[in-house]
Amino acid sequence: MKSRHQRLIGIGLVLGGVALGATFLLQAMNENILYYYSPSQVAAGDPPEGRRFRVGGLVVDGSVKREPGDMKVSFELTDNAELVQVSYAGILPDLFREGQGIIAHGRMENGSVFEADEVLAKHDENYMPPEVADSLKQVHAGGGQ
Amino acid sequence: MEWLDYGKHAPYVWSSVALTAVVLLWNVVAARRRLAELTERARRRLIAEENA
Amino acid sequence: MSTTLAPWFGWLALLLIVAGTIGGLFLAPADYQQGDGFRIIYVHVPSAWLSMFAYVVMASSAAVGLIWRIKLCHSLAAAAAPVGASFTFLALATGSIWGKPMWGTWWVWDARLTAELVLLFLYFGYMALRAAIDDENRADRASALLAIIGVINIPIIKYSVEWWNTLHQPATISKIGKPSIDTEMLIPLLLMWLGFTCYFFFLLLVRGRAEILSRERNKQWLKDALGATS
Repeated sequence: MKSRHQRLIGIGLVLGGVALGATFLLQAMNENILYYYSPSQVAAGDPPEGRRFRVGGLVVDGSVKREPGDMKVSFELTDNAELVQVSYAGILPDLFREGQGIIAHGRMENGSVFEADEVLAKHDENYMPPEVADSLKQVHAGGGQ
Repeated sequence: MEWLDYGKHAPYVWSSVALTAVVLLWNVVAARRRLAELTERARRRLIAEENA
Repeated sequence: MSTTLAPWFGWLALLLIVAGTIGGLFLAPADYQQGDGFRIIYVHVPSAWLSMFAYVVMASSAAVGLIWRIKLCHSLAAAAAPVGASFTFLALATGSIWGKPMWGTWWVWDARLTAELVLLFLYFGYMALRAAIDDENRADRASALLAIIGVINIPIIKYSVEWWNTLHQPATISKIGKPSIDTEMLIPLLLMWLGFTCYFFFLLLVRGRAEILSRERNKQWLKDALGATS
């Protein structure tokens, strides 16, 4: 009876200790676990200077510019607070479009333009048929007037 | 069969469905084989103990 | 109990998975953003769910076995491990196949994906530890401790998408009462989820029976059990 209690308490202590340790470890590694920085964090100077990092945000409507006869494409990313100008040459994922969540990997050049060598699309957790999405958009547009 | 044509995503959808089917079937086969194997082993042990 | 209950779970699982597959692959409409590619959700999400559920079953069973010294519980934990490992592999593989067309990459080291990979290694570690120790009781205790310590990874997987910026999107069905998925798409997903869960219990009963038989020393019990199957 007594030893069973001891084992119960022992396992509780082990679990508590591991949880505490994991919390501290993850807190300490927080910067490294962040897969990308938001435009606001970039504007605040959070990303490491001179190193490669990732920026994630929504592609600003009407900001996508392709240079004719070139793979180069430039666009702006936003988190609805700050903007980051991104320049990229390469294949864009299927989901790339204006308004889409995107993660770009690269580095800041001249402190103003983010030169990306990889662009990944981040999709959201919403799933619906196209008709529903259309009617949602209409409702949204109607409400905005 | 228009509703079975997933266009450019077809290879991705079908390969993940096929892979899932393989894992589901493999699990059943592996579990049954393990049960048969360990049952046989237990039976042999029981016979050996009875004879001892 | 195992012999009477297992077929029920098995047939129910088959029924639900067939219904979910028909619903998910043929009846559900295509997604507005991902088109037909989103249908991978019907195998990916139930697999990922089972990968974590099997671990919770394994770890809690091992903990009960450790605290109350119940061999049966260790047998069940041992039975859950290979099943959980196979579904962790499946979640990673189908996620990878899904990621390529949608995200533009097979793999990234974001928090969700990395934690799920750690889960796979936890399963491997648990099984390897059991296999490495000859003495059954010592194997039970050592592997149970590993399983219990590893349970910390489960909340990390679950909440990784909320705690950190990840490429992986947040959960679709976590909001109770208001999932972010259309009803027509949700019903097959729920069928698959239920089907996979029944399937897990089916495998757990079959494998659990095997593990118990292999270490039972009570002659009369063994005779009865073996008599029932011969």
